[in-house]
Amino acid sequence: MHRSFGSIILDTSFRVLVPFTLVYGIYVLVHGEYSPGGGFQAGALLAVGVVLARLVQGREPIFNIKGTTALILAGIGTFIYGAIGFSTMIFGGKFLEYGRFPIDLHDPAELHALGMLGIEIGVTICVMATIITIFDALTGGEDLL
Amino acid sequence: MKKISLVLIILMAGVYFYTAVGLPLIGDANSAPNTHVSPRYIEKSYEETASPNMVTATLADYRGYDTLGETTVIFIAGIATVMILRTAASKKYKEERGGEN
Repeated sequence: MHRSFGSIILDTSFRVLVPFTLVYGIYVLVHGEYSPGGGFQAGALLAVGVVLARLVQGREPIFNIKGTTALILAGIGTFIYGAIGFSTMIFGGKFLEYGRFPIDLHDPAELHALGMLGIEIGVTICVMATIITIFDALTGGEDLL
Repeated sequence: MKKISLVLIILMAGVYFYTAVGLPLIGDANSAPNTHVSPRYIEKSYEETASPNMVTATLADYRGYDTLGETTVIFIAGIATVMILRTAASKKYKEERGGEN
Protein backbone atom coordinates (compact mmCIF):
# COMPACT_ATOMS: atom_id res chain seq x y z
CA MET A 1 0.00 0.00 0.00
CA HIS A 2 1.24 3.49 -0.76
CA ARG A 3 -0.34 5.24 2.19
CA SER A 4 -0.68 3.60 5.54
CA PHE A 5 -4.03 3.71 7.26
CA GLY A 6 -2.55 2.86 10.63
CA SER A 7 -3.31 4.81 13.74
CA ILE A 8 -1.32 4.56 16.96
CA ILE A 9 -3.68 1.83 18.19
CA LEU A 10 -3.27 -0.24 15.02
CA ASP A 11 0.48 0.27 15.06
CA THR A 12 0.86 -0.83 18.67
CA SER A 13 -1.35 -3.89 18.32
CA PHE A 14 0.51 -4.77 15.11
CA ARG A 15 3.83 -4.70 16.98
CA VAL A 16 2.41 -6.99 19.67
CA LEU A 17 0.55 -9.38 17.37
CA VAL A 18 2.83 -10.01 14.43
CA PRO A 19 5.87 -11.57 16.21
CA PHE A 20 3.57 -14.22 17.67
CA THR A 21 2.00 -14.83 14.24
CA LEU A 22 5.43 -15.40 12.71
CA VAL A 23 6.56 -17.71 15.52
CA TYR A 24 3.30 -19.63 15.21
CA GLY A 25 3.91 -19.95 11.46
CA ILE A 26 7.34 -21.50 12.09
CA TYR A 27 5.77 -23.79 14.71
CA VAL A 28 3.10 -24.96 12.25
CA LEU A 29 5.86 -25.67 9.72
CA VAL A 30 8.23 -27.70 11.89
CA HIS A 31 5.43 -29.41 13.80
CA GLY A 32 3.50 -30.32 10.66
CA GLU A 33 4.35 -34.01 10.90
CA TYR A 34 3.03 -34.35 14.43
CA SER A 35 -0.06 -32.19 14.50
CA PRO A 36 -2.43 -30.57 12.00
CA GLY A 37 -0.52 -28.16 9.83
CA GLY A 38 2.09 -28.20 7.14
CA GLY A 39 3.68 -26.12 4.45
CA PHE A 40 0.64 -24.40 2.97
CA GLN A 41 -0.77 -23.21 6.28
CA ALA A 42 2.65 -22.10 7.56
CA GLY A 43 3.24 -20.12 4.37
CA ALA A 44 -0.08 -18.31 4.75
CA LEU A 45 0.70 -17.45 8.40
CA LEU A 46 4.16 -16.11 7.55
CA ALA A 47 2.76 -14.03 4.69
CA VAL A 48 0.21 -12.47 7.06
CA GLY A 49 3.09 -10.79 8.90
CA VAL A 50 4.34 -8.93 5.84
CA VAL A 51 0.83 -8.17 4.52
CA LEU A 52 -0.19 -6.65 7.88
CA ALA A 53 3.02 -4.64 7.98
CA ARG A 54 2.28 -3.21 4.54
CA LEU A 55 -1.34 -2.45 5.46
CA VAL A 56 -0.60 -0.74 8.76
CA GLN A 57 2.68 1.01 8.10
CA GLY A 58 2.48 1.92 4.43
CA ARG A 59 5.25 1.69 1.90
CA GLU A 60 8.18 1.48 4.32
CA PRO A 61 7.21 -0.98 7.05
CA ILE A 62 9.62 -2.12 9.74
CA PHE A 63 10.10 -5.41 7.98
CA ASN A 64 9.34 -6.08 4.38
CA ILE A 65 9.88 -8.43 1.47
CA LYS A 66 9.79 -6.54 -1.81
CA GLY A 67 7.74 -7.84 -4.74
CA THR A 68 10.79 -8.72 -6.82
CA THR A 69 12.44 -10.57 -3.97
CA ALA A 70 9.19 -12.37 -3.23
CA LEU A 71 8.89 -13.61 -6.81
CA ILE A 72 12.47 -14.92 -6.68
CA LEU A 73 11.73 -16.58 -3.31
CA ALA A 74 8.68 -18.31 -4.79
CA GLY A 75 10.89 -19.78 -7.48
CA ILE A 76 13.46 -20.85 -4.88
CA GLY A 77 10.77 -22.61 -2.84
CA THR A 78 9.55 -24.59 -5.84
CA PHE A 79 13.18 -25.35 -6.71
CA ILE A 80 13.86 -26.74 -3.20
CA TYR A 81 10.98 -29.18 -3.63
CA GLY A 82 12.17 -30.32 -7.05
CA ALA A 83 15.81 -30.49 -5.91
CA ILE A 84 14.94 -32.81 -3.02
CA GLY A 85 13.02 -34.98 -5.46
CA PHE A 86 15.99 -35.22 -7.83
CA SER A 87 18.57 -35.65 -5.04
CA THR A 88 16.96 -38.95 -4.08
CA MET A 89 17.42 -40.02 -7.70
CA ILE A 90 21.15 -39.22 -7.42
CA PHE A 91 21.39 -41.62 -4.46
CA GLY A 92 19.86 -44.42 -6.49
CA GLY A 93 16.19 -44.16 -5.59
CA LYS A 94 13.10 -43.02 -7.43
CA PHE A 95 11.84 -39.45 -7.62
CA LEU A 96 10.92 -38.29 -4.06
CA GLU A 97 11.87 -41.66 -2.53
CA TYR A 98 13.06 -40.23 0.79
CA GLY A 99 14.35 -43.55 2.12
CA ARG A 100 17.48 -43.30 -0.04
CA PHE A 101 19.11 -40.34 1.71
CA PRO A 102 22.62 -41.44 2.78
CA ILE A 103 22.18 -40.45 6.43
CA ASP A 104 22.55 -42.96 9.26
CA LEU A 105 19.50 -42.90 11.48
CA HIS A 106 18.40 -45.64 13.83
CA ASP A 107 15.11 -45.96 11.98
CA PRO A 108 14.90 -45.73 8.18
CA ALA A 109 11.39 -44.31 8.53
CA GLU A 110 12.93 -41.20 10.10
CA LEU A 111 14.44 -40.44 6.70
CA HIS A 112 10.91 -40.06 5.35
CA ALA A 113 10.08 -37.58 8.11
CA LEU A 114 13.27 -35.65 7.25
CA GLY A 115 12.42 -35.53 3.55
CA MET A 116 8.88 -34.43 4.34
CA LEU A 117 10.24 -31.58 6.48
CA GLY A 118 12.48 -30.55 3.58
CA ILE A 119 9.70 -30.35 1.03
CA GLU A 120 7.43 -28.60 3.55
CA ILE A 121 10.09 -25.87 3.87
CA GLY A 122 10.04 -25.48 0.09
CA VAL A 123 6.23 -25.32 0.02
CA THR A 124 6.23 -22.75 2.85
CA ILE A 125 8.66 -20.43 1.07
CA CYS A 126 6.69 -20.73 -2.18
CA VAL A 127 3.28 -20.04 -0.62
CA MET A 128 4.54 -17.15 1.53
CA ALA A 129 6.32 -15.48 -1.38
CA THR A 130 3.40 -15.98 -3.75
CA ILE A 131 0.92 -14.37 -1.36
CA ILE A 132 3.26 -11.41 -0.91
CA THR A 133 3.78 -11.17 -4.68
CA ILE A 134 0.05 -11.13 -5.39
CA PHE A 135 -0.54 -8.55 -2.65
CA ASP A 136 2.25 -6.42 -4.06
CA ALA A 137 0.94 -6.69 -7.61
CA LEU A 138 -2.60 -5.78 -6.50
CA THR A 139 -1.66 -2.76 -4.37
CA GLY A 140 0.53 -0.61 -6.52
CA GLY A 141 3.11 -2.24 -8.66
CA GLU A 142 5.66 0.51 -9.35
CA ASP A 143 8.03 -1.18 -6.92
CA LEU A 144 7.65 -4.42 -8.81
CA LEU A 145 10.42 -5.51 -11.17
CA MET B 1 -30.04 -20.15 -28.76
CA LYS B 2 -31.22 -19.54 -25.21
CA LYS B 3 -33.68 -22.43 -25.44
CA ILE B 4 -30.95 -24.77 -26.66
CA SER B 5 -28.66 -23.85 -23.76
CA LEU B 6 -31.53 -24.25 -21.29
CA VAL B 7 -32.26 -27.72 -22.65
CA LEU B 8 -28.55 -28.59 -22.49
CA ILE B 9 -28.27 -27.40 -18.88
CA ILE B 10 -31.31 -29.42 -17.82
CA LEU B 11 -29.94 -32.44 -19.69
CA MET B 12 -26.52 -32.15 -17.99
CA ALA B 13 -28.14 -31.71 -14.59
CA GLY B 14 -30.19 -34.84 -15.24
CA VAL B 15 -27.05 -36.79 -16.15
CA TYR B 16 -25.31 -35.62 -12.97
CA PHE B 17 -28.26 -36.51 -10.77
CA TYR B 18 -28.52 -39.90 -12.47
CA THR B 19 -24.82 -40.68 -11.90
CA ALA B 20 -24.90 -39.35 -8.34
CA VAL B 21 -27.20 -42.24 -7.41
CA GLY B 22 -24.43 -44.68 -8.28
CA LEU B 23 -21.77 -43.01 -6.13
CA PRO B 24 -20.68 -44.87 -2.98
CA LEU B 25 -21.96 -43.60 0.35
CA ILE B 26 -19.58 -41.46 2.41
CA GLY B 27 -17.82 -43.71 4.90
CA ASP B 28 -18.83 -46.94 3.19
CA ALA B 29 -16.07 -49.39 4.14
CA ASN B 30 -16.71 -51.64 1.14
CA SER B 31 -16.58 -48.97 -1.56
CA ALA B 32 -13.78 -49.05 -4.13
CA PRO B 33 -11.64 -46.15 -2.77
CA ASN B 34 -11.77 -47.53 0.77
CA THR B 35 -10.60 -51.03 -0.11
CA HIS B 36 -7.60 -50.29 -2.33
CA VAL B 37 -4.87 -48.09 -0.77
CA SER B 38 -6.63 -46.40 2.16
CA PRO B 39 -6.20 -49.33 4.59
CA ARG B 40 -2.50 -49.44 3.74
CA TYR B 41 -2.11 -45.71 4.50
CA ILE B 42 -4.01 -46.02 7.76
CA GLU B 43 -2.21 -49.13 9.02
CA LYS B 44 1.33 -48.56 7.77
CA SER B 45 1.85 -44.79 7.57
CA TYR B 46 3.43 -44.50 11.03
CA GLU B 47 5.94 -47.33 10.65
CA GLU B 48 6.84 -46.35 7.10
CA THR B 49 7.17 -42.58 7.49
CA ALA B 50 7.58 -42.02 11.27
CA SER B 51 4.97 -39.27 11.07
CA PRO B 52 2.02 -39.52 13.46
CA ASN B 53 0.05 -37.14 11.28
CA MET B 54 -1.52 -39.35 8.63
CA VAL B 55 -2.60 -36.42 6.48
CA THR B 56 0.94 -35.06 6.18
CA ALA B 57 2.31 -38.54 5.52
CA THR B 58 -0.13 -39.02 2.66
CA LEU B 59 0.26 -35.51 1.30
CA ALA B 60 4.04 -35.25 1.35
CA ASP B 61 5.22 -38.83 1.08
CA TYR B 62 2.79 -41.17 -0.66
CA ARG B 63 1.40 -38.38 -2.84
CA GLY B 64 4.59 -36.37 -3.29
CA TYR B 65 4.07 -35.87 -7.03
CA ASP B 66 0.67 -34.36 -6.39
CA THR B 67 2.00 -31.83 -3.89
CA LEU B 68 4.84 -30.90 -6.25
CA GLY B 69 2.18 -30.13 -8.84
CA GLU B 70 0.20 -28.04 -6.34
CA THR B 71 3.28 -26.02 -5.43
CA THR B 72 4.04 -25.43 -9.11
CA VAL B 73 0.46 -24.31 -9.69
CA ILE B 74 0.74 -21.75 -6.87
CA PHE B 75 4.05 -20.48 -8.25
CA ILE B 76 2.58 -20.15 -11.75
CA ALA B 77 -0.45 -18.32 -10.31
CA GLY B 78 1.92 -15.80 -8.72
CA ILE B 79 3.84 -15.30 -11.96
CA ALA B 80 0.61 -14.93 -13.95
CA THR B 81 -0.72 -12.32 -11.52
CA VAL B 82 2.46 -10.30 -11.84
CA MET B 83 2.50 -10.55 -15.63
CA ILE B 84 -1.13 -9.43 -15.95
CA LEU B 85 -1.19 -6.70 -13.28
CA ARG B 86 2.30 -5.25 -13.74
CA THR B 87 1.62 -3.76 -17.15
CA ALA B 88 -1.77 -2.37 -16.10
CA ALA B 89 -0.36 -0.88 -12.89
CA SER B 90 2.68 0.68 -14.53
CA LYS B 91 0.50 2.24 -17.28
CA LYS B 92 -1.82 3.75 -14.65
CA TYR B 93 1.16 4.99 -12.64
CA LYS B 94 2.62 6.69 -15.73
CA GLU B 95 -0.68 8.43 -16.42
CA GLU B 96 -0.90 9.67 -12.82
CA ARG B 97 2.62 11.03 -13.05
CA GLY B 98 1.70 12.88 -16.23
CA GLY B 99 3.72 10.84 -18.64
CA GLU B 100 7.10 11.22 -16.94
CA ASN B 101 9.02 8.28 -15.46
